[in-house]
Amino acid sequence: MEFAELIKTPRVDNVVLHRPFYPAVEGTLCLTGHHLILSSRRQDDAEELWLLHSNIDSIEKRFVGSLGTIIIKCKDLRIIQLDIPGMEECLNIASSIEALSTLDSVTLMYPFFYRPMFEVLEDGWRTFLPEQEFELLSSLTDEWRLSCINKEFSVCPSYPAVVIVPKSIDDEALRKVAVFRHGNRFPVLSYYHKKNGMVMMRSSQPLTGTNGRRCKEDEKLINATLRAGKRGYIIDTRSLSVAQQARAKGGGFEQEAHYPQWRRIHKSIERFNILQESLIKLVEACNDQSHNMDRWLSKLEASNWLTHIKEILTAACLAAQCVDREGASVLVHGTEGTDSTLQVTSLAQIILDPRCRTIRGFESLVVREWLQAGHPFQQRCAQSAYSNSKQKWEAPVFLLFLDCVWQILRQFPCSFEFNEHFLIMLFEHAYASQFGTFLGNNESERSKLKLQQKTMSLWSWVNRPQELNKYKNPLFEANSLVIWPSVAPQSLQLWEGVFLRWNRSSKFLDEAYEEMVTLIEYNKQLKAKVNALRRQLAELETDDRMQENP
Amino acid sequence: YLFVQVENVRLLDRVSSRKATLGTLYLTATHVIFVENAAETRKETWVLHSQISSIEKQPTTATGCPLLIRCKNFQVIQLVIPQERDCHDVYISLIRLARPVKYEELYCFSFNPKLDKEERERGWKLVELHAEYNRMGVPNDYWQISDVNRDYGVCDSYPTEVYVPKSATAHIIVGSSKFRSRRRFPALSYYYKDNNASICRSSQPLSGFSARCLEDEQMLQAIRKANPGSDFLYVVDTRPKLNAMANRAAGKGYENEDNYSNIKFQFIGIENIHVMRSSLQKMLEVCELKSPSMSDFLWGLENSGWLKHIKAIMDAGIFIAKAVAEEGVSVLVHCSDGWDRTAQVCSVASLLLDPYYRTMKGFMVLIEKDWVSFGHKFNHRYGNLDGDPKEISPVIDQFIECVWQLMEQFPCAFEFNERFLIHVQHHIYSCQFGNFLCNSQKERRELRVQERTYSLWAHLWKNRADYLNPLYRSDHSQSQGTLRPQTAPCNFLYKFWSGMYNRFEKGLHPRQSVTDYLMAVKEETQQLEEELEVLGERLASLQKVQLNDNKVKSKQQDQNKELGRSTFNISLANTPQEYSNDLKSFPSRSPSQGDEEDSALILTQDNLKSSDPDLSVNSDQESGVEDLSCRSPSVGGCLPSEDSGKDSDEAVFPAV
Repeated sequence: MEFAELIKTPRVDNVVLHRPFYPAVEGTLCLTGHHLILSSRRQDDAEELWLLHSNIDSIEKRFVGSLGTIIIKCKDLRIIQLDIPGMEECLNIASSIEALSTLDSVTLMYPFFYRPMFEVLEDGWRTFLPEQEFELLSSLTDEWRLSCINKEFSVCPSYPAVVIVPKSIDDEALRKVAVFRHGNRFPVLSYYHKKNGMVMMRSSQPLTGTNGRRCKEDEKLINATLRAGKRGYIIDTRSLSVAQQARAKGGGFEQEAHYPQWRRIHKSIERFNILQESLIKLVEACNDQSHNMDRWLSKLEASNWLTHIKEILTAACLAAQCVDREGASVLVHGTEGTDSTLQVTSLAQIILDPRCRTIRGFESLVVREWLQAGHPFQQRCAQSAYSNSKQKWEAPVFLLFLDCVWQILRQFPCSFEFNEHFLIMLFEHAYASQFGTFLGNNESERSKLKLQQKTMSLWSWVNRPQELNKYKNPLFEANSLVIWPSVAPQSLQLWEGVFLRWNRSSKFLDEAYEEMVTLIEYNKQLKAKVNALRRQLAELETDDRMQENP
Repeated sequence: YLFVQVENVRLLDRVSSRKATLGTLYLTATHVIFVENAAETRKETWVLHSQISSIEKQPTTATGCPLLIRCKNFQVIQLVIPQERDCHDVYISLIRLARPVKYEELYCFSFNPKLDKEERERGWKLVELHAEYNRMGVPNDYWQISDVNRDYGVCDSYPTEVYVPKSATAHIIVGSSKFRSRRRFPALSYYYKDNNASICRSSQPLSGFSARCLEDEQMLQAIRKANPGSDFLYVVDTRPKLNAMANRAAGKGYENEDNYSNIKFQFIGIENIHVMRSSLQKMLEVCELKSPSMSDFLWGLENSGWLKHIKAIMDAGIFIAKAVAEEGVSVLVHCSDGWDRTAQVCSVASLLLDPYYRTMKGFMVLIEKDWVSFGHKFNHRYGNLDGDPKEISPVIDQFIECVWQLMEQFPCAFEFNERFLIHVQHHIYSCQFGNFLCNSQKERRELRVQERTYSLWAHLWKNRADYLNPLYRSDHSQSQGTLRPQTAPCNFLYKFWSGMYNRFEKGLHPRQSVTDYLMAVKEETQQLEEELEVLGERLASLQKVQLNDNKVKSKQQDQNKELGRSTFNISLANTPQEYSNDLKSFPSRSPSQGDEEDSALILTQDNLKSSDPDLSVNSDQESGVEDLSCRSPSVGGCLPSEDSGKDSDEAVFPAV
């Protein structure tokens, strides 16, 4: 297919662009296969808009006489307006954008056409490999092994090719366990807590069904992670009633009788369309222009977004508490084990493991616990807050995770190597990107799409020093402790950087950030100067002494 | 109620009722004191009687008799006293102690910070309103100081010195005062020298349905004419229209545009003190909920209407600041009596217009000007003496919150930090200093407050290092000119202030404070600058010596040695911290040199801790000191255990 077929009108002159907090700009609108470009032919100027079609969530058009207006709502929550003279041009542009922003085939997406203009210092596709992770683990314990059972993605299609499992469980047993778990997602290692050797595992629900089927290998596998006489915790991210209902569909939960060493705790985290609805309502509330304070708070409340944040954080804190304070191993799962499960395991690691609060560590966490763990990014991030279609698969699961990280970052502003912009950048790229990182729903699909060969990794771009500087938190001081966030409503706030980004001017906050950077930079410079002088003095003094006592 | 002492009292933790500390309760003439039994800590909790807003005796249980003490600084103390009889005694004593009937019973008359008479007098002179009006640019061609109220003869709730338009004769002022509630005639609150526009304040006119007053009309005209650049005057009635109309039936009301030449009349609906009191009450109930859900909290917050009221006050201030700065039009502000909403709105507008009021000193001046001198009824509103509970209302609390909301939107615009606001709020209720005693300047003079008590401003000023906003720079664009907050849409810009209303629930606040961190950085920077200078000098002298050395060669070695040593010693004496010459031991905040950094920072924290003495004799002990260590930037170094959030986890996750 040629993109040209979809572009009915490639360019229109005298288009006026309206954006919040910027004066309107008049210019020429161009459509390419992947971008919507507006350039204001003025010489001096940088007033240009480059918008990826894949970032467009929905468009609306309306006419006043022959002047058409297209309102473009983006997945990053921005809303822009284009005034296009000429009804036919406007209709053509609108239908072209519609077609180009809803391409069916992944291989037509921009990452397959994007040619990087920067020098690749480090191939992001090879930066975070499970083998490296395992090497790290091996230096701490020899109770685990790397299994290649899923080499061809044949045992579990949503798992990576290699997984870390208890050493005492062989591949044959794993095969049996896989059959007993939803989507074949058998329990694998998620996190090893260095301090006390406790672990966090994740899986999907066991397929006990109504007649309470059991699987000896499954029991053996998870028991293999317990120390003698120790109990573990199973955190089910569904309420008990939801878990019970799941039995009718062949799913279920671990029964006490068969897992006597495990205590099950149910924590209700919402899924799918409930989360999507929540996002839609929240963004609606944020975009509400009314002057009524009450309406704002009740809309914020009615969106339930912060309730979801609270639930997810609470479950993650609980998992972390089991591992660190109770000295117990933990298994986390919900139904499929690809959404709420990953929110809980990844947030718990941020709480427990200082490494996950560094930039590299956080990237590695996203790769391990989201990409390789098979969170279906393509399905979940297909549409954002302005979507009209209520597809079952879309849900801001990853955005909720990032929001939770932001909440912890806000409570521990000096404990993270990255800043808020880093999280916002990940949110943007998860929904629309020139990089292949978030394409596909799991490693199997990514391998079939040959993303490593055909697209550029986000990490190749982000991890270059000049790019990385934007995302460094000037307040960062390595904090080796477990950080326990407060989940009280008074402690949780709306993430303004994402949800109010286009509704309020951030000028004064940006200035404050600049000021903070300046203060800290100046301090560092002084420190370097003082150190240099000291060294110089020390040398001179030694010279002196040597001259004194030749 | 001389001195009560009860043993084996339990102080409950508000967040987790399972956590309780056993100790002894003391009642003194001025404080409630709880001392923990635990020998290693013996933590003390001090509460001033004047901070107590309510005492509630709850039904006796098997473990004892619970007593709930709510404080005006939003601390809530839950005690369980073993014997019902003791509990009753404490209860009865506290009721009496918390509601003094004479000013002389208040803490400020016994509080002695051991300053001599001169220091005390200097303290009171720190804020001089005369100088402030001069700074604004009055008196000038249009405005003069009037002595019409010199013996409080015209208006007993006004100051003796008031600024009025030059063309307003004593006859006009007195005539106008007779046509205004409580004779509070229009007087200057703020003069904007860039364009001659001004903010004046008064009470409502006694217009009823049709009454008029020539002198009052002349007074408003005089105000308008004092701003030659504008041909009209805004009259802003800060009440909801309905309330103002209802007042007409009582012979009060608002200005009729037809009777006054060239005025534009405007209502800005800020609710009255009763609505505000109940709004705060509702919001505090939400703050007190035990493990509320997000919906409970947001719904309760909305239902309280608190943020809506804050926004209404801000909107009024923004309107006035805009009229003055952008339109160049003078504004007369009033409400009913002109001492609550009017004070709020005038001071918010002044703060937006004039960067001086965003400095620490300027903020003190602003409160002196718009609140203290113009007869805001501190005693009635904040219940210092036992009085009518219907007079109590968080009027100045709302103003203080408006300032905080602005600080959140303009982080570089204010010289002071959040802690400063919290401490000002604390002392408005504490009665530890004489500034906010009584209901008017007249009463304070009669009581000879300045001779018998100390000034809060001097105390805060002495400790100003604690209250500085590290992001403030006097040459930053945000600390210049008028602040223009975003107006639409902006509901979401108003946030719940947990630092104030959940001030004592430390577990709810961010565990690391950016402000404290940056304050420590700034302090270290200053030390580095000093050291750099010393090192530079030392190096220069050493190099000089060596240069000489090389020229003269040998012989002078002895001398050289001495010189080297002496510079070394001097540098030691001049360095604020004992740095060793070893590079690695240099205190640094960089992760690679992690261990040493703590020592440097902890030192700074200690400096901060020791510098607010009032907190150690006061109820603040916990928040002032503990807060800092728990917000310390170097969490790692300061906390006793590996657990950075000891308080919260059990409370939050009872499931395990």
